[in-house]
Amino acid sequence: MIEGVSIQMILTFTTLLFFIGLYGFITRTNLISILISLELMLNSEAINFIAINKYVYPGVLQGAIFSLFIIALAAAETALALAVILQVYKMTKSVDVKEVKDLKY
Amino acid sequence: MESIMFYILAGIVLIAAFLTVSTTKIYRSVLYLLFVLLGIAGIYFLMDYDFMGAVQLSVYAGGVMVLFVYVVLLTEKIGEPVRKIAFFRRVIAAVTALSLMGLALYAIWNFDFPVGSQKTPTTVNKVGEALLSYGDNGFILPFEVISILLLSVMVGAIVIAKSKKAKKEEL
Repeated sequence: MIEGVSIQMILTFTTLLFFIGLYGFITRTNLISILISLELMLNSEAINFIAINKYVYPGVLQGAIFSLFIIALAAAETALALAVILQVYKMTKSVDVKEVKDLKY
Repeated sequence: MESIMFYILAGIVLIAAFLTVSTTKIYRSVLYLLFVLLGIAGIYFLMDYDFMGAVQLSVYAGGVMVLFVYVVLLTEKIGEPVRKIAFFRRVIAAVTALSLMGLALYAIWNFDFPVGSQKTPTTVNKVGEALLSYGDNGFILPFEVISILLLSVMVGAIVIAKSKKAKKEEL
């Protein structure tokens, strides 16, 4: 836990980060930008897990290790999604969601 | 002192995050994301979880950022702004995000968290033992599942990158 910072402050910070990510997720029409917004949301989740683990249950490691798994999953998801985006770009010459009407052709 | 550091880092992260979702140039958006990830790594270090901070720096700030930069350079023309977002769409998104955020903040500030008082740093030793033990607080099964997942993602990325190309040549 951080000296002099209450858990509510940390959770407020992660909530702000999450909803900034949500705002980007809704407004953006570029596939890469949507993925970037998703990264913001996943990062705020990982901080949440660690903060609640550190403040409320300091004796156990569950939250700390779950956030490690979140990072591994986010990296895997990013790699796959970027491979798909590259293929979409090869097919449609664009990375805009409006152009991606179907995945199969 | 630590609280001042936290507020500085949180301010940097939030400003960079807002610029990430609001800038019109995609390459700048990726660079602002780098500042967000670095600030979050600093917060992990503040919370006495050094291993997580190192993982954040090496996996996110190192690996994922390089992937993003490569894909942006391969697909976009640098300096060209992305398609304008309609004003109405932005207002709808802001209203949705702000109302849900208010709900979440209301819940957070009204919930009584049973906060413990002792300060326990999470060392690499403890994390390693927990990841590899198969006792009560062991995580050997999810650890192995994650390794299989990473292997399948590796195979999947290669298959996605190769098969469509062959298909296109047929057409």
